[in-house]
Amino acid sequence: MTATLLEANALCAFYGATQALFGLDLAVEAGGITTLLGANGAGKTTTLRALSGMVRATGEIRFDGRPIAGRPVEQIVRLGIAHVPQGRGTFVRQTVEENLQIGAMTRRNHSAIAADVERVYGYFPRLKERRRQQAGTLSGGEQQMLAVGRAMMLRPRLMLLDEPSFGLAPLIVQELFGILRNLNRDENVSMLLVEQNASLALDLADHAYLIETGRLVIKGPAHAIRNDETVRRSYLGY
Amino acid sequence: MNWELLLHQVLAGLATGGIYACIALAVVMIYQAIDHLNFAQGEMAMFSTFIAWQLMDWGTPYWVAFVVTIAVSFIGGVAIERIVFKPIHDAPVLSHIVVFIALFSIINSLAGWIWDYTIKSFPTPFGSRSLLGSGLISAHDGGMITVSLGLLALLYLFFRHTRVGLAMRAAAANPESARLAGIRVGWMIALGWGMAAAIGAVAGMLIAPVVFLEPNMMLGILLYGFAAAVVGGLTSPGGAVVGGFSVGVIENVAGTFIPYFGRELKLTIALLLIVAVLLVKPSGLFGRAVVSRV
Repeated sequence: MTATLLEANALCAFYGATQALFGLDLAVEAGGITTLLGANGAGKTTTLRALSGMVRATGEIRFDGRPIAGRPVEQIVRLGIAHVPQGRGTFVRQTVEENLQIGAMTRRNHSAIAADVERVYGYFPRLKERRRQQAGTLSGGEQQMLAVGRAMMLRPRLMLLDEPSFGLAPLIVQELFGILRNLNRDENVSMLLVEQNASLALDLADHAYLIETGRLVIKGPAHAIRNDETVRRSYLGY
Repeated sequence: MNWELLLHQVLAGLATGGIYACIALAVVMIYQAIDHLNFAQGEMAMFSTFIAWQLMDWGTPYWVAFVVTIAVSFIGGVAIERIVFKPIHDAPVLSHIVVFIALFSIINSLAGWIWDYTIKSFPTPFGSRSLLGSGLISAHDGGMITVSLGLLALLYLFFRHTRVGLAMRAAAANPESARLAGIRVGWMIALGWGMAAAIGAVAGMLIAPVVFLEPNMMLGILLYGFAAAVVGGLTSPGGAVVGGFSVGVIENVAGTFIPYFGRELKLTIALLLIVAVLLVKPSGLFGRAVVSRV
């Protein structure tokens, strides 16, 4: 039995008066990769945003046993939760290297930061080639790699990844997911992965949640869900 | 063409242009952080200048008063953001404009109430001789150019080469993403306000010996500052600086050589510049047109 790193109970989220999540229970195991699947508008992005304090939410959220619900985004981030947002959140006018430095803004130790910049370049050699380039000039795939790199600079214990495959060519997606797998294994970063591409996500993850209009439909080990023909046909569409 | 007169006017224009550059930069800094033009920027600078005058009136030496005023202005700027603007952060544009106008008249009236509306002379630390005995530029004009250029250089180094500077740029460029990097965006905005107020204080103290100290002294200056910011592009700090120096030179040269402008119509030039730039190149000479890839 592995420890639970992140746990949400009866999570509800609201945009103004509109409710988007209806009492979701969710857990991410330490060291594992959990994926959150569902159709467009099911509330996947909202779930991530609720977890990192970006939308108004009710319910209980515990990170490493500590309650974090209701805390401001900056504080939650500082606990070691790196959110790689939809749209990648690139600082387009800053250079690639400045983007990485921004990711380490919560840290003090300059030599450790410099070492981590090199570590990111180790995972993403393409970013090293473009280190002095304005980040807005990178391709979509490179910007996604930069977003993951920026998240790494935080030295997070948990990464919340919001559709990292969105808009990328299949080859780039494969490369990126391979790197995510390595990160999870080598750096002991747990992950909560939101994906449209269910087959890809289920290959990478060890646990899966399937949600529909803000409610949980089914949860279980990724391989069980992948092999469940009814679920696959009716919800995952492949 | 009288070349010596032209050179003289260009140098004098660069001197006041330095002040416009500082005000424009202060305006741009706040614009970058909260997407609104601070109409009260000039009044804040005027109030700071009165603080300096008061300190000197109490017998404080010039440079001590100079530094204390900058520090007080910085704190005042941070306080204004925390008390007035943080609570209305998500309010619509019109609410911001109303609050800016309120701030404008509150500061203006407060200064008039404390120090009354009589015109006061403000000392210059550079002396009134002409610089290097050339007769081309006064020592105070030379001092204005030097101090404003020095200030702008310091700001450049701060934003390019310090972590706080990078954090402020990140917070202004993409607040949501900056927050996800753990940057306290609210405090970065407050810091921007403090710095803008401090820059305005320097500008006010430098220009006060020229325009004399009274509660309405910054009205014209702010207009030139806006013109400079618009010319350079509201999204470009470097553009604001170039715009400031250009507006200073254009204003002086046109005021001298175009017969009908004269001293009285000089302010019109600022307005003409604003209109002309907005018509021809709305994003300014150095600004970025907002284009986003989706």
